[in-house]
Amino acid sequence: MSRTEQQPGEDSGEFDVIGEARTRVDSWDKVRGRVEYVDDLHEGRLAHGKLKRSPEPHAGIAGIDTSAAESMAGVLAVITGEDVPNRFGIMPAAEDETALAQDTVRYVGEPVAAVAAVDEATAERALERIDVDYQPYEPVTSIDGALAPTDRPIHTEHGGDGNVDRLAALEFGDVEAAFEAADHVREDTFFYQGNTHMALEEHSALADWDPGPGKLTVWASTQVPHYIHRQLAKALDIPERRIRVHANSVGGGFGGKTDPFPHQICAAKLSMACGRPVKITLTREEVFYAHRGRHPVLMWVKTGVDADGRITGMDFKSFLDGGGYGSYGPATTYYTGALQTVTYRIPNYRFRGVRVNTNKPPCGPKRGHGTPQPRYALERHVRLLAGDLGMDQIEFRRRNFTGAYERTVNWLEITTNGLEECTTEVLEAANWEEKRATLPEGKGVGFAVGSYITGAALPIYWNDMPHSEVQLKVDRSGSVTVFCGEAEIGQGSDTVLASIVAEVFGLEPEDVSLEVGDTDTTPVDLGSYSSRVTLMVGNAAIEAAEKAITPIFEAVSAELDVPSDRLAARAGRIVDERDPSVGLDLAEAVQFAEAEYGLIGAVGSYTPPAIQGEYKGAGVGPTPAYSFSAAVVQVDVDTDTGEFDVEKVWLAHDVGRALNPMSVEGQIEGSVYMGLSEALLEDWSFTTGGQHYGPSMLDYKSLTVNEMPEVESIAVETQEPRGPFGAKEAGQGPLLPIPPALTDAVQDAIGADIHETPITPRKVLKGLKGRSVGPAGIPDFEFPEPDRVDRPDEWSGGGV
Amino acid sequence: MSRASTTVSFTVNDEERTVPVSPNATLLEVLREDLDLTGTTHGCELGECGACTVLIDGEPELSCLTLAIDTAGADLETVEGLGEPDPHPIQRAFAERGAAQCGYCTPGMLLTAKHFLERVDEPSREAINEAIAGNICRCTGYRKIIEAIDAVGAPTNESD
Repeated sequence: MSRTEQQPGEDSGEFDVIGEARTRVDSWDKVRGRVEYVDDLHEGRLAHGKLKRSPEPHAGIAGIDTSAAESMAGVLAVITGEDVPNRFGIMPAAEDETALAQDTVRYVGEPVAAVAAVDEATAERALERIDVDYQPYEPVTSIDGALAPTDRPIHTEHGGDGNVDRLAALEFGDVEAAFEAADHVREDTFFYQGNTHMALEEHSALADWDPGPGKLTVWASTQVPHYIHRQLAKALDIPERRIRVHANSVGGGFGGKTDPFPHQICAAKLSMACGRPVKITLTREEVFYAHRGRHPVLMWVKTGVDADGRITGMDFKSFLDGGGYGSYGPATTYYTGALQTVTYRIPNYRFRGVRVNTNKPPCGPKRGHGTPQPRYALERHVRLLAGDLGMDQIEFRRRNFTGAYERTVNWLEITTNGLEECTTEVLEAANWEEKRATLPEGKGVGFAVGSYITGAALPIYWNDMPHSEVQLKVDRSGSVTVFCGEAEIGQGSDTVLASIVAEVFGLEPEDVSLEVGDTDTTPVDLGSYSSRVTLMVGNAAIEAAEKAITPIFEAVSAELDVPSDRLAARAGRIVDERDPSVGLDLAEAVQFAEAEYGLIGAVGSYTPPAIQGEYKGAGVGPTPAYSFSAAVVQVDVDTDTGEFDVEKVWLAHDVGRALNPMSVEGQIEGSVYMGLSEALLEDWSFTTGGQHYGPSMLDYKSLTVNEMPEVESIAVETQEPRGPFGAKEAGQGPLLPIPPALTDAVQDAIGADIHETPITPRKVLKGLKGRSVGPAGIPDFEFPEPDRVDRPDEWSGGGV
Repeated sequence: MSRASTTVSFTVNDEERTVPVSPNATLLEVLREDLDLTGTTHGCELGECGACTVLIDGEPELSCLTLAIDTAGADLETVEGLGEPDPHPIQRAFAERGAAQCGYCTPGMLLTAKHFLERVDEPSREAINEAIAGNICRCTGYRKIIEAIDAVGAPTNESD
């Protein structure tokens, strides 16, 4: 392509790769079984590691006797908490974990000891010979229970607040005055049940300690090799420069592989102890305990509207059930209050959130991180509010929709905004007006919108360095090799990277070789979370590619006597745009450039703009660009049994520009699936004794192909100036409107007013009988006085 | 690596193999660990997810629930044997239609689909659904998998 002519918003005809539905670069290996997941690695001398896990939800550890296990033939090493005492955690503000429990276990399944043995069966038998003396304490398994006073908090380091792990309290504008001024005020409570990622690949880590130089190499199924690199150093007291982390291809992540995990640290420690490479692959049951999934969240929302149906103010409270440890909890807590303002103009807004610890596996980020729960509450609430006013819900939403290039009351910068266009397109595709008017009793359609970040604007640990870095080597053969620390987890990041470089160099994506996810050989990318890779890696890749091709253009310019600004890279050649028959093959061009300048290569970096507000918690919510989605769901309810079919889903998503429309469609369909699955079936439930109801794929129900409806996806393109070639995210946002749109459809079909997930036939039947379905109320909990935050200055896109 | 106390002989991807195995070793373990055929993946080892599906005498079976010694004399096919040297039409369809995202369920899906397509002409969507109902995919929402199978099964599949 020729960069000089490319402007956001122009027709995509100028691109050769971007905008075309293309086969992903990793597809051929995947369909031939040639991808190397971590558990596929079978190093020579490989030892097998296993974790002994607590059967107690909450207990003191009086002692651990490992002598019987240690004396078994074939056992190579046994470690316990005292061997790995260092605290770690993905967020600096929540380093409350150790690889093995120290003196307390906090959930059923928490690792207490680890074994390395010559084979898996020996390791398993050795676990049985480890004797742990537990002193059981009363488990806490509910939000209410966690807020009650206790003399034995799950964590003692929080001090004074019982099982309160995190608090947030913010007020933007004057909410009470807004309610005073309102013509109508409504309040609702909602509960969004927790759920888990259930990626098909069970977590795995292989660690190899080389005592010669003193270097640790770890192969991990992780979304965040850079963060794992840092956390291994912290947990093991090994300098980062003596640790190498490889992120292998990941068999599904969805946020479930974004934490440092005990099995990674234990594999390393066991390797150091026994002098052999050690692999630990979790069983499916163990994956349920590793969790870090969607927090169960109880929510209360109160909103005032004026006579014209415009929101005057909103008050939102959330209560998060965090499980036994912090994980991303500080961020999750703020995320339950951050993005409400991105879809609706809320001139006065108060948010209070509390995350509690309970004796259950730690919750963390799952697709949409902390935002599907409040989105569910908000969309349901808005729809009910419209009903109170006797106003069409679409019209009510539209009156309150945000627009492009504005700043929200909580200081979030919205750039391109496809909310209105997504709404129009999805309603038209679904034939909404007619269906809403004519569908018979028992059938219904529902609507909702959503928005998500395209990459968090702030890193997880505070620093001023780039979030994505790309290094690029151009070979005299005309091939290009790209080095980047990104992690392919199935979302298509390798294809994005290869396609962007191919576009700039006038190559096919298959001409581009990738070296990714290796902390020794590739520059840092922060990882595959917060829908950040396409935008951040993409921008860094464009910078690197443009820098690398510049000397090639210069050399060709000299050779052919054509001004360099008239040259373009197309179809493997560098050509004169005025007369494309004049040009050189890329290989030849590189050879002239290399003769003139030496090795051809370049680096590119991307740092998000500094756009966060000036208040505590302001780091959660800002992003270079928000994606927007609108969904229609159609259901058919059996009024005798409460069972219902989801007949079809229409989903319009503002993706900025679809770099690869087939991949975007795949992300939309996958998001719709996951949203439906958690809204219909997935249930992160425990007994009051802290036992998971069914840590297996049979007992933990999820949607199969039989229940998966047809999905009509519509990519809305708003050409985001901050995105690479105009692109925004597509991997998480489309999930958000699905659960509320589904609930709205059930309401449209049978009038049932449901305020919680999952939406089971039993709840539908209850709703049919006119009974309320949802939480009775919220705990009587005294939040701290909110920090009052000044309104931000008006903004209309300056600096973008 | 299982502790061998017997041997089993079978044909894997048209190659005759004799492998020392332990009597309680599953076919999944023997394929992955003894024969290094790691294209066959595992998501539960309890028969819940379908990832480990291979063809045993042409029938899709869960290799995690099959004892290796019970496959003596059998003709086994794994994803590694599906498209050699050129990709099988179903592999091509999966690749070109975006039916593989993380790729982890893909080998099991492909073998299930191959078996299905050999038996059913011009399959209906319902028949495709039924065929792959035992294979869990968390990435794709199944739509592109169904479309890929449908494309190969359709009477005029020019894409292949």
